[in-house]
Amino acid sequence: MARLSVNIGGGLTIKNPVLTASGTFGYGEEFADFIDLSRLGGYIIKGTTLNPREGNPYPRMAETPAGMLNCVGLQNKGVDYFIDHIYPRIKHYGSELIVNVSGACVDDYAEAARRIAARTDIRAIEVNISCPNVKEGGMAFGTTCDGAATVTRAVRDAFPGTLIVKLSPNVTDIAEIARAVEAEGADAVSLINTLMGMAIDVERRRPCLSMITGGLSGPAVRPVAVRMVWQTAKAVKIPVIGLGGIMDGRDAIEFILAGASAVEIGTANFVDPAVTVKIVEWIDNYCARHGVDDINDLIGAINQ
Amino acid sequence: MTNPTKRIMEMEVVTAQAFHPLYTLLTLRCAPGTDPELPAMKPGQFVQVAIPDAPHTFLRRPISINYVDGNEMALLVRRAGEGTSRLCDLRSGARLNIVAPLGRGFTIPGQQTGRLLLAGGGVGIAPLCFLGRAMKAAGLTPEFVIGARSDADLLELDMLREIGEVHVTTDDGSAGEHGVVTCHSTWQLGATIQRVYCCGPAPMMKAVARLSDSLGADCEVSLENMMACGLGACLCCVEKTVRGNVCVCTEGPVFNIKELTWLD
Repeated sequence: MARLSVNIGGGLTIKNPVLTASGTFGYGEEFADFIDLSRLGGYIIKGTTLNPREGNPYPRMAETPAGMLNCVGLQNKGVDYFIDHIYPRIKHYGSELIVNVSGACVDDYAEAARRIAARTDIRAIEVNISCPNVKEGGMAFGTTCDGAATVTRAVRDAFPGTLIVKLSPNVTDIAEIARAVEAEGADAVSLINTLMGMAIDVERRRPCLSMITGGLSGPAVRPVAVRMVWQTAKAVKIPVIGLGGIMDGRDAIEFILAGASAVEIGTANFVDPAVTVKIVEWIDNYCARHGVDDINDLIGAINQ
Repeated sequence: MTNPTKRIMEMEVVTAQAFHPLYTLLTLRCAPGTDPELPAMKPGQFVQVAIPDAPHTFLRRPISINYVDGNEMALLVRRAGEGTSRLCDLRSGARLNIVAPLGRGFTIPGQQTGRLLLAGGGVGIAPLCFLGRAMKAAGLTPEFVIGARSDADLLELDMLREIGEVHVTTDDGSAGEHGVVTCHSTWQLGATIQRVYCCGPAPMMKAVARLSDSLGADCEVSLENMMACGLGACLCCVEKTVRGNVCVCTEGPVFNIKELTWLD
């Protein structure tokens, strides 16, 4: 068996490179009937904000060719509810818990991060500056170097653990944004969040989503994501976590070869609730087939 | 992993009866070589079916359980789009990957104090059939009020008649009483209605909910909001309730109308 543990920044090592993408895995417990959560490298809790959010109206989802659009809008009960009621229920799963943090303003991000640092043993957070479905904050911060840097700096001061910044693909040059957050102390970047998209019900002449536009995920976005991971990995020294349409072990290896130190599995969880563990097993088998002793030898290892 | 209630199952189509251009009844059992026993399933719960060989419809399709017979489960599938069309065209022997059981079911009363009316139409009769069977097995006397466009669109009537009395309406008057479900004279018989259960198109369910409320009867409806995961993870299928937005897949699909905001 190959060594599968990887470093995802800030001195944090996870047992294998398979994480789950925020907003696709609930609090993990929704999947406990199907998989042993302790077999994952870790999992990322859905977008948590300082104050509770109701999210956007229904309909929030539309299936598109090899993908789906969503405009959920960060529905969650707020960081205090998470810390007091959900965290005690899930901390025993034996998997690295990473909380995805979002906010409407810079102070909200920092305060939510501060409360997580003060009242939990959580060692890493992922800062979401790339949600396309909220009016304030979210992607507004992630589409300029200044905005991304400002949020990163504020959260860096508030959270001593591993700070991952999740980047938006809805930009001209994602590597430039990655460099900006690296300069402000981010320990890792994860990419890509969803691509802004839109679908129309032509019979009713109505948008399919309540918010008209939404975020596209699923295998449809994978080649764009692989390209952006490759570009970003060349531009920064911190670890890059890759995601975007990973459906199986082959896809996960594709991101690792493009330069990702770890991967997040998102939409695939909706199709096969046991897919994450299958991906861990596939990666192990791939390493055996290719005579790889350490998964780290595969990171960015494409022949050109 | 202790005591899982939900399972991912490899299943095999036993029979596929395309008895109507729009509907196919699939009976399924666990595939050979897998645990043959189905997990416990309640009326009103649903399953998530992976669509075989359909790269464009990669999300599963939520289908309510029509009935369970020993180790066989039946699904009534309506041809609505590409995914459900694939399911309607399956033949016996085909394999299906299914996640089940999902959601919360209907509430079956401990004892009968009035009429129990199961109202629905189209594919909505599927969970009502399962509910009626469970009620009958519990010694209760359910009645059905079924609406359809015309005589040819009335589904599974024989099956329902084995369970209880069936009141029929059709839009064109070709069977039963002329009109929609809420127009049927049986609603106005005067006998106390203990509870109404409804599954059908949204306008029908809203009309039945209003009627039940005006008759002072409790009412449960089964919603079919569009879903992705079916597990409460994606938060796509939410319905606005008195408790805020909640997932239909885990908090429903059955809701008491008092929880919804339909009557406001």
